[in-house]
Amino acid sequence: MTTGLVLAADAANAAGAVSTGEAVAFWILGPLAVLGGLGMLFARNAVHSALWLAVTMLSLGVLYMIQQAPFLGFVQIIVYTGAIMMLFLFVLMLVGRDSSDSVVEVLRGQRLAATVLGIGFAVLLVSALARALSLVTPIGLAGPNANGGNVANLGQSIFTDYLFPFELTSALLITAAIGAMVLAYTDRHAPGGKKTQRELVIARFRGEYARPSPLPGPGVFATADSVATPALLPDGSVAPESLSEIIEATSTKRLSEDIAEVSGNVPAPDAHALGGANGTGHRNGSARPGLPASTGTSGSAPGGEEAP
Amino acid sequence: MSTAQLLANDPVWLTIVKVIAIFAFLVVMTLFMIWWERRVVARMQHRPGPNRVGPFGLLQSLADGLKLAFKEDIRPVLADRWVYFLAPVISTIPAFTAFSVIPLGGEVSIFGHHTALQLADLPVGVLVVLACSSLGVYGIVLSGWSSGSPYPLLGALRSAAQVISYEIAMGMSIVAVVLYSHSLSTSDIVTAQQSGWFVWLLFPSFAVYTISMVGETNRAPFDLPEAESELVGGFHTEYSSLKFALFFLSEYINMVTVSALATTMFLGGWRAPWPLSAVGGGVLNTGWWPLLWFVVKMLIFLFVYIWLRGTLPRYRYDQFMRLGWKVLVPISLVWIVLIVGIRAFKNSPNVSPQQVLIAVGVVVALILAVTFLLPTRPEPEDGRIELTGGGYPVPPIDLKVPQTPPRRRRTGVPGTQRQPAGVTAGEDSSASTASSKEASDGSV
Repeated sequence: MTTGLVLAADAANAAGAVSTGEAVAFWILGPLAVLGGLGMLFARNAVHSALWLAVTMLSLGVLYMIQQAPFLGFVQIIVYTGAIMMLFLFVLMLVGRDSSDSVVEVLRGQRLAATVLGIGFAVLLVSALARALSLVTPIGLAGPNANGGNVANLGQSIFTDYLFPFELTSALLITAAIGAMVLAYTDRHAPGGKKTQRELVIARFRGEYARPSPLPGPGVFATADSVATPALLPDGSVAPESLSEIIEATSTKRLSEDIAEVSGNVPAPDAHALGGANGTGHRNGSARPGLPASTGTSGSAPGGEEAP
Repeated sequence: MSTAQLLANDPVWLTIVKVIAIFAFLVVMTLFMIWWERRVVARMQHRPGPNRVGPFGLLQSLADGLKLAFKEDIRPVLADRWVYFLAPVISTIPAFTAFSVIPLGGEVSIFGHHTALQLADLPVGVLVVLACSSLGVYGIVLSGWSSGSPYPLLGALRSAAQVISYEIAMGMSIVAVVLYSHSLSTSDIVTAQQSGWFVWLLFPSFAVYTISMVGETNRAPFDLPEAESELVGGFHTEYSSLKFALFFLSEYINMVTVSALATTMFLGGWRAPWPLSAVGGGVLNTGWWPLLWFVVKMLIFLFVYIWLRGTLPRYRYDQFMRLGWKVLVPISLVWIVLIVGIRAFKNSPNVSPQQVLIAVGVVVALILAVTFLLPTRPEPEDGRIELTGGGYPVPPIDLKVPQTPPRRRRTGVPGTQRQPAGVTAGEDSSASTASSKEASDGSV
């Protein structure tokens, strides 16, 4: 890129002349920018569209740098590609990957208005471009890049000649930001406002919610930590709250050994049966002889029987 | 001759050599950082860390890298094919590019050519680093989106919000440096610190920069986009093999780059630290010596990264955002206004330092007066010490822990015999109660 800058600098001194380096850069970046624009128009996916637009913005930024406006080029990349496109992407991702364009006309006459405005804009753009190419004579970069360089001169003119438009623009942006904040603001203290974490905890313990704690995960005696494994209560029954509505739970048949073990219905290990010939209960050697056998109600759990 | 002019005279082969050298430096730094991080964190946790492969385990990251390359490359069914492929590339390329504007040293002679130890010196060098970091976020965001799975998407959204917010604070901390060095070019910033480093002059900016650089690179305690305890692996959950390696690489290179920028902007860049800079009339600031100082200063920042990771727990997301928007950004804004005011006073011929000091004194006195006028927070009225949130039954402070029932004491389990006889019956016997209970449980 340094060599490109140097080449462009040579070209800039001869006002209006296009050097080889500049031409090469233009014929690489120009088609890229156009390709990005076309891609944005024709991409099916909204995120792909945004990416194509980012390509266009990037090529424009590099084009500015080649044209001896490094500050403009990098600000283009930081602000437009970095921040604004990122916010677009942010919104598109929140909307979801499968959302496609709606063909229903929401506003009446929307397409007609869009067509007319689009044609008008194109006419404006083309006429302005034509005028810029034919009537305006280039004065070269010697003036803007004189003492202090491009960046310093840019700063100077923003804060002297163009101070008022600059401040006006910032006022506009601040107005927009405050407007957005007002629209998005919700009063926490108003009824129905969002609770803080502390208030939420207090409300939970007061009983304003169904239970103070989170729903039970895979239980204490569960053999897996998968969300499909229901929690078992101390009496061996399945905790119904631990079953997910959307995930198919493991059937109780596969859990029968655990349930039997937890509920204490397993016979105590036989000291003579070392080979495990009749050792049905001690699957992993952890049958709990300490648990009294009377606590368990039964192994038949209400939930978990082929839950949908 | 200025650095930009020196670099403009570089022949093409020298530029290529520099590019390759920077590439190699960054890759080696990544390998070294992984090893160093594991060793230092291990030391902080009283364990040896990797010590099997090579001397002191130095080749561990090389072995891990080779292993990573031979793993299966998986693409999830729901992934968006092209974006999923492009995302690691997009995150890696800007990471390498950003380092090209960092001045690693002053003027040296390479094979007879006089050049500076820097690849490119743009008039907007600092902005290049910012631009590259804002492009690098694309890699993270797109990887999260294209994986087609909820955890990566959440990580990507967090990362987008996080990097945009912290880039503002970072940019503002850079403004102060630019005001004092009169240039956005990195080599000019180093030159401007000849008489004194900006870390002393602009300490608030330095503090804001160091905090926001940790946020910008998604490192602990701000590693929310890849929070293991919440999002499995965050944005790179679905990645494996070399694609994952690219994310790993770009994360470490970004750390190296922002540390290098911090060195350049606040710690005098490649300049020798104070007592050494006076040796032999500044001989340590010439030739290849600066490379050493630069790397040492950069390693200090990188060590702080590791130190933070070994020490601090992860921030909650809203606290993290609050820190960025409500602390760092306002501090930077006030600080910028302050130094602009100071510089304006200093440069105007009509104002003497005396007048400036008087004005500052009046302002400080006014602020103090206002703070005295602020009402103090009311004390709790009934003189009781609040224990928890109001209105709930709490145990009284002078609650007596009930004594162990005599039946249990009499069982005479071995655990209780170690203790003096008087303690169990004493008033404050919670410890012995607990231990005897434990012991009696064991005997059943």
